[in-house]
Amino acid sequence: MAVVFERPKALCDVPLHYCPGCTHGIVHRLVAEVIDEMGIEGDTVGICPVGCSVMAYNYFNCDMIEAPHGRAPAVATGVKRTNPDKFVFTYQGDGDLAAIGTAETVHAATRGENIVVIFINNTIYGMTGGQMAPTTIPGQVTQTTPYGRDPQLAGYPVRVSEMLATLTGTALAQRVAVDSVPHIREAKNAIRKAFENQRDKKGFSLVEVLSTCPTNWGMTPIKALERLREEMIPYYPLGVYKDITEGGNK
Amino acid sequence: MKGNEALAEAAMRAGCKCFFGYPITPQTELAAYMAKNMQKNGGVFLQAESEIAAINMVLGAASTGVRAMTSSSSPGISLKSEGISYIAGSDLPCVIINVERGGPGLGGIQPSQADYWQATKGLGHGDFHLLVFAPASVQEMVDMVVKAFNKADEYRMPAMILADGLLGQMMEPVTFPEIAVEMPDKSGWAADGHKNKREHHIINSLYLTPEELEKTVVDRFARYDVIKEKETDAELYLTEDADIVVCAFGATARVVKSAVNDAREQGIKVGMFRPKTLWPFPEKEVQKACANASKVLSVEMSMGQMVDDIKLALSCAKPVEFFGRTGGVIPTPAEVLEKIKAMGGNN
Repeated sequence: MAVVFERPKALCDVPLHYCPGCTHGIVHRLVAEVIDEMGIEGDTVGICPVGCSVMAYNYFNCDMIEAPHGRAPAVATGVKRTNPDKFVFTYQGDGDLAAIGTAETVHAATRGENIVVIFINNTIYGMTGGQMAPTTIPGQVTQTTPYGRDPQLAGYPVRVSEMLATLTGTALAQRVAVDSVPHIREAKNAIRKAFENQRDKKGFSLVEVLSTCPTNWGMTPIKALERLREEMIPYYPLGVYKDITEGGNK
Repeated sequence: MKGNEALAEAAMRAGCKCFFGYPITPQTELAAYMAKNMQKNGGVFLQAESEIAAINMVLGAASTGVRAMTSSSSPGISLKSEGISYIAGSDLPCVIINVERGGPGLGGIQPSQADYWQATKGLGHGDFHLLVFAPASVQEMVDMVVKAFNKADEYRMPAMILADGLLGQMMEPVTFPEIAVEMPDKSGWAADGHKNKREHHIINSLYLTPEELEKTVVDRFARYDVIKEKETDAELYLTEDADIVVCAFGATARVVKSAVNDAREQGIKVGMFRPKTLWPFPEKEVQKACANASKVLSVEMSMGQMVDDIKLALSCAKPVEFFGRTGGVIPTPAEVLEKIKAMGGNN
């Protein structure tokens, strides 16, 4: 029988611990597919965050390093600067990348650090049980915004792709989503472009992936995908915010 | 050569391939020297956005098996403590330089030894230690940096040079030993790309099963026991017949040595014990140094920190007194001599 669909080689053959309906599995798969297609698994070092994807080191088949909370871009910098021939990527959530790790993120970008950053934006802290994230949308109810996020009290969310697009060192800043097949295909193309940028020494490439957290949003997986479409995409428009590659015209 | 520059030159000669730093007085010459020379030597110099980022860059580089270093001064070391805990928990070797200044808080920029507790007991959360070397001269800074890299690799743990602003800024003649850089084989654990030739390597300090985490810590402490047995180092100066033994480390030991010499000239039987390793603390050596003494004195540039380790090592069997200046004030030989006399030091 012809095999038409199989696990990417760059993913370990182990069950993932993610909640039912969580989109981490999709994004892991997309990253692994790109690594497979480019044939770079043996030359890739991945950096895990602190958060739900903290144990991604058990899922990716390439060499993996677990970073302190928010510090993945700094760890990646240390790896890449001393091993410029290796592919280095970080995989970070919104709390990790845009709250505690804001300085590391911004400075890796502004240095034009030649790394790939996969940024999972699901507008909530998942692992600790659903607290407000820097990307939590105004009005969104979380454990620490029980009456809905009030910007007068808790400030406004940060739009990471837009912010990083203003920096000279950024090569790619693109926001994608994994709520539908067309969006998933788009997401994979963006991730592929980010890794190709690293191969071509273009600089810092960030792919922001709008994702769901059915558990902490208190929704079914289907409802969660609807929320992504109806609430998140209007607040965080999909698109290419910066792309310095030929034909990228941004 | 200036102490800070000697540290940098020695590190490069010891095979240090990358330096990640952040400006802070009084260690700035070290980073400046690295900026000037590291790239020429085929290495990496990078000024990070913070001490936190710098230590995590060290974590990343060390994960791939290269010799990595960072340096800072007291407030900056506090910021690095998170990363140092992760480095220890991930069994990674690296070298950290602390050119201490006065604290707490922003403190001051003059020499201090008030980070003794931090370095030897509490540098970050969790059960762990780092190797701590305490040089007392520019030459020792050179020798100890080389040793720190070798021992860090041998035991797969972070090592610290605990210097102070006095040593960092001091100029003394130095010779650089001809070092044949022998890099240990790190291919069994380094995360530098598996080349499709082995299983993937994971550098990690997370263990969610308590028994599993306990085992990693217990295994690490078994290694610490070997280190305590093999790696202590100390100088004993005129202690054989000493009635009073004065304990001091780093730059303070130079002041104390002058005071001891002055006291000896006056016929007072006094000697000096100087630990060169602060962790592991040379317990047997201090016991030997104080064997014939009736009283012991610890002199430090702090309110008294090492004094606790001396009391423990001597099982409080002898009176251990303390004299110190803090906040960046350097004790004088005259002050120390006065204290020795006040303790009843006589011939």
